[in-house]
Amino acid sequence: MKNLFSKKNLIWLGVLLVFFFAVQVMIDTRIITPYYRQVLYWVGIFVILGVSLNIIIGITGQLSLGHAGFMSIGAYSAAIVMRDMPDMTGLLLGMLVGIAISILISLIVAIPTLRLKGDYLAIATLGVGEIIRIVILNLEITNGASGISNIKNLISWPLLFVFVVAAVVLSANFKNSAIGRACISIKEDEIASEAMGIHTTKYKVIAFIFGAVLASLAGSLYATTYYVVKPETFGIATSINILIIVVFGGMGSLTGSVIATGFIGVVNMLLQSYAEVRLIAYALILIIVMIFRPQGLLGSKEFGLDRILGYKPPLGKKPRKEKSA
Amino acid sequence: MQQFLQQTINGLSIGGVYALIALGYTMVYGIIKLINFAHGEIFMFGAYIGMIAVVNLNLPIYLAFVFAMAVTALFGVIIERVAYKPLRKSTRTAALITAIGVSFLIQNGVLMVMGANIYAFPQVIPNQFFTVMGLRLNMLQIVIFATSIALMIILQYIVSKTKLGRAMRSVAVDKDAATLMGVNVDNVITITFAIGSALAAAAGIMVGLYYIKVFPFMGFTPGLKAFVAAVFGGIGIIPGAMIGGFAIGLIETYVAGYGSTLYKDAVVFAILILILLVKPSGLLGKNVKEKV
Amino acid sequence: MSYLTVEHLTKNFGGLSAVSNVSISVNEGELVGLIGPNGAGKTTLFNVLTGVYKPTKGRVLLHKNGKDIELNKLPPYKITHQGVARTFQNIRLFKELTVLDNVKIAMNQQAQYGVFGALTRLGKFYASEADIESRAHDFLRKVNLDDLAYELAKNLPYGKQRQLEIARAMATGAKLLFLDEPAAGMNPQETQALTEFIAKIRKEMDLTIVLIEHDMSLVMNICERIFVLDYGKLIASGTADEVKKNPKVIEAYLGEEE
Repeated sequence: MKNLFSKKNLIWLGVLLVFFFAVQVMIDTRIITPYYRQVLYWVGIFVILGVSLNIIIGITGQLSLGHAGFMSIGAYSAAIVMRDMPDMTGLLLGMLVGIAISILISLIVAIPTLRLKGDYLAIATLGVGEIIRIVILNLEITNGASGISNIKNLISWPLLFVFVVAAVVLSANFKNSAIGRACISIKEDEIASEAMGIHTTKYKVIAFIFGAVLASLAGSLYATTYYVVKPETFGIATSINILIIVVFGGMGSLTGSVIATGFIGVVNMLLQSYAEVRLIAYALILIIVMIFRPQGLLGSKEFGLDRILGYKPPLGKKPRKEKSA
Repeated sequence: MQQFLQQTINGLSIGGVYALIALGYTMVYGIIKLINFAHGEIFMFGAYIGMIAVVNLNLPIYLAFVFAMAVTALFGVIIERVAYKPLRKSTRTAALITAIGVSFLIQNGVLMVMGANIYAFPQVIPNQFFTVMGLRLNMLQIVIFATSIALMIILQYIVSKTKLGRAMRSVAVDKDAATLMGVNVDNVITITFAIGSALAAAAGIMVGLYYIKVFPFMGFTPGLKAFVAAVFGGIGIIPGAMIGGFAIGLIETYVAGYGSTLYKDAVVFAILILILLVKPSGLLGKNVKEKV
Repeated sequence: MSYLTVEHLTKNFGGLSAVSNVSISVNEGELVGLIGPNGAGKTTLFNVLTGVYKPTKGRVLLHKNGKDIELNKLPPYKITHQGVARTFQNIRLFKELTVLDNVKIAMNQQAQYGVFGALTRLGKFYASEADIESRAHDFLRKVNLDDLAYELAKNLPYGKQRQLEIARAMATGAKLLFLDEPAAGMNPQETQALTEFIAKIRKEMDLTIVLIEHDMSLVMNICERIFVLDYGKLIASGTADEVKKNPKVIEAYLGEEE
């Protein structure tokens, strides 16, 4: 308990609460117009997607190009469940169904494919994403190419906020644990990692499933925010959009992904009428970043309180042995 | 039986196209270990150039092939020099993400210049049918099949018999050793991109002729399938890409003919995953383990 | 009963035999050297012993708690769980991570919580993390690296990187260490420091060590027994003096003066 209410966590809690109420007040007073609110929702959903893909790519070092596929599973699950239950229970149930299916599919996909190295894995996951899309396109329950429309719109700032914060906190916990360290060691050097007793396949699978579950969750939120889901929304282009967030924000930097999504959301809004120019610019930035800063635009560092408060671990500081009991 | 033979013919002609694209993937992978994700877009670019050659420059079709192959080869070389060359020493993930960026860039660049509309590729090859032993052979299919076989023979000759081919093979085996032996590695890589891109352009025109459609997103699916073909045959191995191309073409046609057209793409990707699991090195490949 | 027994081990690559019919036994607490000219199959042998390669023929047995464990049937990470760890010829540290994190990763097996605990931080999470952290520091102090705990591994001087790699291997809880050319690329002073380091840790932590080395001075100084490989075959074994006088060994080394 003492750890949970540490000074750092309390400051974070304060910052989040202030942010939450500030935005809520701005929504109530119409400083954030319904149009800007759409941008806000987009950013929230893509923060979850970016952070979850970062777990797979940035932390574990496994290039997955099928993230939109898992997003579509969540989106369709929510859409289908909410056809009969157009309320919050339906949404939550849909989320759970989506998560269950995502775990199942990512498990089936992950165990064999994650044995593959780098670029083969990328193509295999791309193939998986496409298979999911084609299956959805051909199933009756998903209504084929025309998709499902008139999904009950239940999104609100508090709802979004809760899920986004939960996703980011869970991801941060994931990263800062023995599991996260195992994943990072796989990215750093898989052979050395295995020699250190790390069951690399197991941790890759865990990271992959964790990412897929969050992507599915984001998909469910997407469905209720945009009240239409179509197979074409979840193609490779969307997977690449999420990849761009990870690259911009920095490989392995969760806070970087959050900032990058916010930035891209604003840029998208400003350049709304120049869609092609925008995409070309993103593609160019992707190339240039990879050439000059392969660790990502903002690097792998987190933007945490430690940095803001200027905290540095003292060299050779004493271990906190006493507290561990 | 009749239907089976008919499907086989259809499969072989589309398979030839996949083989041509797959060759580009495989040659580049063989030499710099990069999955040139943008290869499908180079194919699409070639189709546009071919169409422009026929429609705007009024070139006869064979000259349109030559023109498109030359322009696309140059295009491929520019991509290699600008985007991939600086990444020779970086991680494969970085290189692959760059290739994805290049793919995205070409797609949206073409989208901006040519618009999203679907152009009809002029039907310069008469849509004639012959009936041989009860089988309907389409003039176009014959042209496609013959052209792809001819190009493959030329490529095989270049790789196995010429000095350039020897240089390419030596770079594929060991870049440093090749450099020591006086091979200009940069030039060899550039030429590899040029040849791969030219073949993709030829494939682009053929797909344009076959489906009478040219549009900015036409590269994605054939590009992926050709990649699957390359992996199927053993990526980095030239005959493997040819075999893989025909195999994927046939499988896809059979699935569409006897099963469902809707699932033919899904089946191809399923095959990919299956190969990667069973024999990642492909049909003709050897298993190699990372050096420790 | 010897601690590590290698029985008729053979590893073929294609038609080539990198290691052929090698039998070695190492007693608990021993420090043995494995030498041989370039390409003699030393590293391949290490790779088979640590599970990176599966042997074509033969067995690798670890005698532990009165039982023989067949290491050749285990994947590398499980071999590590049996208390066997290694270093690499071309240092494979987690370069972008701190010294402390390198050690913590090696101690990952000690984490007392699973995925749920990690995500929610409930249960033993905080206690277990604090425990690992303090053990990692204790460990670093033991190997005189604690003042560098928060440095990135890639920023350490070369000699320290080698030491860290050895320390990291020990941190897995290993009782048997395989060191692949620990003195490679070191100057005489660094080699001297490393020799002392290896002697010290071995004594303090009751380790059994097998090391591959090119640097004869290191091998002759500290190894109690030496095995000599040439063309994948074991051509000699014995104390430093015995091996030095062995005509087969002299012949094998004549070709290459290194």
